[in-house]
Amino acid sequence: MSALLQQPGYEEERLQTVSKKLPCREVQAGMLLSLMGQPHQYSYPSIFIYGHQSSGKSHVLNVLLKELELPHATVSCVECVSVALLFEQVVLSFFGCDAASLLPRSPSLSDFVRIYRQQSSQSPAKQTRYIVMEKAELLRDSDANLLPALLRLQELVEDNVTVILLSEIVWDRFRPNTGCFEPLLLHFPDYSKGELQHILAQDRNPSYSDEFYSAYINILLGVFYSVCRDLRELRHLAALNFSKFCEPLAEGKVKETDTHKLWRNIEPHLKKAMQTVYLREVSSLQWEQMQQMEEKENGAVRGLSAHTHVELPYYSKFLLIAAYLASFNPARTDKRFFVKHHGKIKKTNFLKKNEKTSNHLLGPKPFPLDRLLAIFYSVVDSRVAPTASIFSQISSLVTLQLLTQVSHGDQIDAPKYKCAVSMDFICAISRTVNFEIIKYLYDFL
Amino acid sequence: MSTSSVSKGCFVFKPSAKKKKTLSLEDHFIHGCEGADESKTRFKLCQYLWDQIKTDTELLQDELNTKILDSLLDFTRKCSSTRQHSDWASHMRASEIPTAALVLGVNVPDHDMTFQSLSELLRQSVTPHVASVQAKECGALKHLIKRVLESTLCDWYTMNTKKSYSLTPGKKRSSPVKDDLQHPPIVIIFKDLEAFNAKVLQDFILICSRYIERLPLMFIFGIATSPSTIQHMLPHSVSSLLCIELFQSLSCTQHLATVIDKLILTTHFPFKLNGKVLQVLISIFLYHDFSVRNFIKGIQLALLEHFHSQPLSVLCCRKKEALLNVMQLGHQDLERIRQLPSFKRYVEKQEPQEQEHLLTDDTHLKEVCRRLIKDLRKYHKHYYPTLRCLHTLTSSLPRYPLGKQIRELHLICLEKNVWENEEYQSAMKLLKMLAKDELISLLKKCAEILQHSKSKNMKSALLLLEAMLAKFKQLDTVVAEPPPPAEEFITSPVKNLQKKTDLFQLQKALLEMNESRRSKKLSPFEVLRNEALQFIDSLVQSHLSPPESQTLYEVCYYSSSATVRRHLNAAPRTSIQAALNSPFYYLQNDRLKSEDGSVSNAAPDICIVYKLHLECGRLINLFDWLEAFATVVSAAEGNDPDSDSFGKVDDVKHARFIRAVSELEFLGFIKSTKQKTDHVARITWGGC
Repeated sequence: MSALLQQPGYEEERLQTVSKKLPCREVQAGMLLSLMGQPHQYSYPSIFIYGHQSSGKSHVLNVLLKELELPHATVSCVECVSVALLFEQVVLSFFGCDAASLLPRSPSLSDFVRIYRQQSSQSPAKQTRYIVMEKAELLRDSDANLLPALLRLQELVEDNVTVILLSEIVWDRFRPNTGCFEPLLLHFPDYSKGELQHILAQDRNPSYSDEFYSAYINILLGVFYSVCRDLRELRHLAALNFSKFCEPLAEGKVKETDTHKLWRNIEPHLKKAMQTVYLREVSSLQWEQMQQMEEKENGAVRGLSAHTHVELPYYSKFLLIAAYLASFNPARTDKRFFVKHHGKIKKTNFLKKNEKTSNHLLGPKPFPLDRLLAIFYSVVDSRVAPTASIFSQISSLVTLQLLTQVSHGDQIDAPKYKCAVSMDFICAISRTVNFEIIKYLYDFL
Repeated sequence: MSTSSVSKGCFVFKPSAKKKKTLSLEDHFIHGCEGADESKTRFKLCQYLWDQIKTDTELLQDELNTKILDSLLDFTRKCSSTRQHSDWASHMRASEIPTAALVLGVNVPDHDMTFQSLSELLRQSVTPHVASVQAKECGALKHLIKRVLESTLCDWYTMNTKKSYSLTPGKKRSSPVKDDLQHPPIVIIFKDLEAFNAKVLQDFILICSRYIERLPLMFIFGIATSPSTIQHMLPHSVSSLLCIELFQSLSCTQHLATVIDKLILTTHFPFKLNGKVLQVLISIFLYHDFSVRNFIKGIQLALLEHFHSQPLSVLCCRKKEALLNVMQLGHQDLERIRQLPSFKRYVEKQEPQEQEHLLTDDTHLKEVCRRLIKDLRKYHKHYYPTLRCLHTLTSSLPRYPLGKQIRELHLICLEKNVWENEEYQSAMKLLKMLAKDELISLLKKCAEILQHSKSKNMKSALLLLEAMLAKFKQLDTVVAEPPPPAEEFITSPVKNLQKKTDLFQLQKALLEMNESRRSKKLSPFEVLRNEALQFIDSLVQSHLSPPESQTLYEVCYYSSSATVRRHLNAAPRTSIQAALNSPFYYLQNDRLKSEDGSVSNAAPDICIVYKLHLECGRLINLFDWLEAFATVVSAAEGNDPDSDSFGKVDDVKHARFIRAVSELEFLGFIKSTKQKTDHVARITWGGC
């Protein structure tokens, strides 16, 4: 595993520092290096690297390109809201500002190729130039010709250039219908538990010994490995909880070597962290404050999802209730619930086959405005005038995302809506207005 | 100017040089005014009062917001200071973007003011780089980034240029905090998080997190519903880039309570709302929008209407001015005073001679008016402290017989004599069961309220109350003796009860028990308690009578609740239907009058068509409709019913019919349908 990277054309020392900076990724780095070949050699036109979040894709490439001082341009595709930004960044980092200013106002792909060729003929590549595209999956949403063109950019610009695409998705989901040049695929597997331990143990706290810190990492991984294998997140959690781990040590209760006691001290704490700070229920700042506050005041900070209560004006509540009923009851049952002398309707014969399954399992159904208002007027206990503010409340419920408008926005004569709140939420709302919603739901008959 | 021309053409008429005199605002206040002077004073008074209300509410808003804004400011400062630490833990931690989730409640119209003062405060004390964005301007990522960069770059530019100026020593002391922070954070405020497109927001956060190492970015999310929307909008991979802290603002009902407390339950403003108007405003708030801003707008409307429509509103101002204005009243105004119902009632109570004086002698009337205005002010001075006292006593009773909020009690008192109310009686009964320490603490609170009042009556009441409190205290020290042996007394009839099974007997026994309890000798505490409650009762009876009982109350009280409702809670559908059903209501043409709700055949075409369409089912045959229309219209034209041409459809009628039908379609009563040829569908339900 620890075989040093070897590739002719690069300095030995540099390769050593590179391999030191890339623990547990030597195989992939070596593979990449051999693909890249010697600096002046032409490399393969396009390489596609995929692997899960934080499996070291960007890190490996950054270290390689920076340490070996290779000319490169790194572009994040999230940032490129238009292709113009992408082209500009590439040209800028290869040929400088003057060249970038040559690009027209909203450049097309051919503008880019033209400028690139023009510039590279003036300053031809002595070493392979690399274009690294992070989050390449977003390229699929841009112009249809962009991805195929990037894959064979080397041909188009007739320059020693290699495009490296980084993505979390496999190549099969990229391939355009019309076909394209196939890049070389390279997979970065997830770090194993041992590898994670090895990497995390490297950034130990300078004031404690190696063994102590790696014991801590061991305990941490024991708790979190089953739910989280994201290196970045684990590192964050390690930093947040380390002070608590050291607490008994600082108080002089245990020695550094007494792992069992340390484990007993930290384990419930980590379990709690898993439910709160890991899910971002509680922010890391609050988490640190909670640690300082000691056990007694714990639970004072409530998580984000604990605050679900929403205060609404009286009629808005009934509008929401009516919308919920309209979304989850079949329209043909309205008569049964809201007309006084409806007669008995047998549940089994009355409905079509597909309506017999629980409506709550199928999710909310769209309903027209008329039906919403009809239910609203029969549900609300007093006589309500159809004032403008009733209608404006419906649209404000839509902006609050408690209702969603299904039909297109400019269809104003018969808008359709869906109710977007959960059962618990609507039950809480109807309790505040003394309305027994369960009695009006067809599923609970 | 001549419009004769050889060919057809359009002619432009330029307005003549002398323009129409534009009316100034004051000139609109002419309703029932004698001179321009008076309308001017009325306008000035109205303006002055509104300015006062406005500044007061703004101050109030700031006060209410200070707490949450302060904590937000602290948060931003803390965030920007921790960023500069360089210990091991902060180095190791993934750098998250500090984010404040500001939960503001569903009253979205009020949020603007909060955000405005927030960004002002931030600019003053933390950072010049504040960008606030709204969802409707940021449909796409491109626009969002543009908005943020525009506002921050603009600030950056002004700050940098300012710096070159501020090298002059004078300016530096103005911003001591700014100099502490080497790198003031860049704060981005998302005013309405729910309305943002989730994808845009996610991408924006991803981009920001790429620069967080280099740029001290910070977010503030304005949330209207609940913080869990963040989790609905952002997946874990994105929300893990944020360090979210929660800030909860004051609930809007609390906000309303303070506004009512400061604006309505005070002698500060001479302008008052009567019970019905207040009820309309409060129910719009509670039932429809939860918006304090709209509530204040409602008060503004009432204020404007009052000064606009009531000529006697010149007297609705501070005491000194009012007394002055009384002296300047003209004869017509004095006649108006004589017409006021409250004044008539007052006159009836006087001696016959005095009555005549009042009705004929203007100078005498002015004198009386001065006295009456003073009385009205006194009434208010007594009313509010007493109201507050009663509220403190009753607001903690079980089941809240007189309401939980002071506004409810206020509404009851405005309506009628509160002491005649059943709820008041039950509240008094409950008060008679209070334990000693509870009662004492409540009475102490009442004494505190009375202390703020400056009027003589209230001061004497305070003295009485304090004497009573002293007596309660004495009880503590003196009465150490054991309680009287009452147990026997009570238990014996209960024992008797168990033997009896007859219902009548039981009732009798219970009554007896009750009787015996009442006749039981009261403990000194009970005596004192009854005394205290009697005192409160007398206070209520003498000061909490409704304003309608006061003479000249019309001067200060605005009472047209229908106007307020019509303006603030418009019902477009109802008014359209009213117009179609009874055109007389709007057109005021006598020919259109009809008794039994039917439409006269002289009504506009659309009304006739509407009336006819109400008689149809869901689908309407156009030809039948046209025939019916032609018949009705022919009758209106006075044609002979027996003649051949009666009810015949000619071109003109046809055209009129088509126009009326398309007008109905435009108003949304019918629409074309493909279900049947020559038919249209009704969209509304109901009718004949």
